[in-house]
Amino acid sequence: MTLKTQHPVPGAPPAAAAVPRPKAHRFSALLHRSPNLRLAGLVTAPAGWLVLVYIAALAALLITAFWTVDTFTGKVSTEWTTENVVTVLTDPVYQRITLRTLWIAIAVTLIDLVLALPMAFFIAKVASPRWQKLLVVAVLMPLWASYLVKAYAWRNVLADGGLLEWLGAPIGLESPGYSETAVILTLAYIWLPFMILPIYAGFDRVPDSLLEASGDLGAKPLTTMRLVMFPLLVPSIIAGTIFTFSLSLGDYITAQIVGGTTQMLGTVVYANVGAANNLPFAAAVSLVPIAIITLYLFIVRRSGALNSL
Amino acid sequence: MRLSRSAKVILGVVTALVFLFIYLPLLLVVVNSFNADRTFGWPPRGFTLEWWGRAFDSPGVREAVVSSLWVAAVSTLISLVLGTLLALALLRYQFFGRDVISLLVILPIALPGIVTGIALNNMFTTILGVSLSMWTVVIAHATFCMVTVFNNVIARLRRMSGGLEEASADLGAGVFTTFRLVTFPQLRSALLAGGLLAFALSFDEIIVTTFTIGAGDTTLPIWILQNLFRPNQAPVVNVVAVVLIVVSIVPIWLAQRLSQDSVGIGATRVKVTEG
Repeated sequence: MTLKTQHPVPGAPPAAAAVPRPKAHRFSALLHRSPNLRLAGLVTAPAGWLVLVYIAALAALLITAFWTVDTFTGKVSTEWTTENVVTVLTDPVYQRITLRTLWIAIAVTLIDLVLALPMAFFIAKVASPRWQKLLVVAVLMPLWASYLVKAYAWRNVLADGGLLEWLGAPIGLESPGYSETAVILTLAYIWLPFMILPIYAGFDRVPDSLLEASGDLGAKPLTTMRLVMFPLLVPSIIAGTIFTFSLSLGDYITAQIVGGTTQMLGTVVYANVGAANNLPFAAAVSLVPIAIITLYLFIVRRSGALNSL
Repeated sequence: MRLSRSAKVILGVVTALVFLFIYLPLLLVVVNSFNADRTFGWPPRGFTLEWWGRAFDSPGVREAVVSSLWVAAVSTLISLVLGTLLALALLRYQFFGRDVISLLVILPIALPGIVTGIALNNMFTTILGVSLSMWTVVIAHATFCMVTVFNNVIARLRRMSGGLEEASADLGAGVFTTFRLVTFPQLRSALLAGGLLAFALSFDEIIVTTFTIGAGDTTLPIWILQNLFRPNQAPVVNVVAVVLIVVSIVPIWLAQRLSQDSVGIGATRVKVTEG
């Protein structure tokens, strides 16, 4: 392992090294002399934790998907089978659920994109610096409010005789009630800040002088947006969609709270971990969103959005 | 590019509407926690403090608050130690596997919660044969909370020069003395900010928690989920939701003020995409 410190410590160990010192000092001196040892001391615990807890868990998940459950004891048996994976991929029920989940994730992403673009543009390029700071904080705050509370808030909004019905009545709009549409609306709501912030950061990085130059050369604002701003913004937009898409794909709590009978992939996973007690099947189902996300990351890899991930 | 006045006004109105969309549902929860009508009808039929009183008297809620606080405190402590060590290692050293590790640390938060949840559940129950408890929740939470501490500390380290530490070493201070007297004081507010965010993140996490918690245990979000569909409890759930909003937003607001490393995006998950 080659290794160099970014801030090389010049000079020899302090002159006092000759004086006999207590153990702690000797250990400290040893660390001082050996950057390799210092690095090992720093990196072992956190990297070990991530690998042993997280990577091991993901690997185990992949393996479990090819195991099965003993129908008599209800315990996981380590016999290899592709049955779970085949069922998930070929059973029309699961195909429908996969397509529905995919559709929900895409719809959420599109809605968030439409809402986030003008807003992020306004914050980054139109608002005064003072307002800009305030507005960014205003976007950030709800990002951290509990996911559960936000889904629950929409249960309030969508309730029978609730706010949405009351607001929609004068203009003839009906509340979607607890349904698939409600799931899309609520998820779009929950993940919106995840779309606004990267796009805002993207707009913020486009130098004003570039836009002025484009204007001076005779381009109308829309042309400038299309030919100058948009190409520079693509990585930020993709970064935003990764979040909204991936987070929606794995959801089940929102579906549970405002979805009525709507089933998503997450719902199936949850049901199989809990009530149905079939962990291998749940693992097999969870491979679907993992595969879709991996595929999506693979497709957008060239855009440069991942380089900064 | 010069935008016309009307274009600016339209953009401003759209922004205001989106903000309304963001804040209205949260406000509604606050209002409904005082709403005398237990079916959340709108407009509210009357003002009552009954639900707040019932929430404070409920032993279930109190127990859930205590375990949520405990889980959040312990996972924050673990992620503070691990996140700081990792940030120091990644910023101060070049080594094989450095990029992999910096990707690894954001993975638990970039993948959907359900993947993290079921992966950990499967590892605890099937592979290791450990029964689920509050400790398994802590392990899960510490795994995804690490990134907030890591992000804050690494942002601070980037702005710090190594000069002071070199001077300290040249003057004869050992590695630990230098950390204690030179590095740590400079990191203190970043640690506080990262710790607060980790605390907030853990305090209201629900998805990973449902997969890693023992059968008899409840955290506050679990309590909400269990009582959400009980018509009798729904108004009390509103109160608990308001408490959750306050408890998660106050630390974030504090963290904002503490971490001046960027507009505060540096302190959030979104920073993940921006490096």
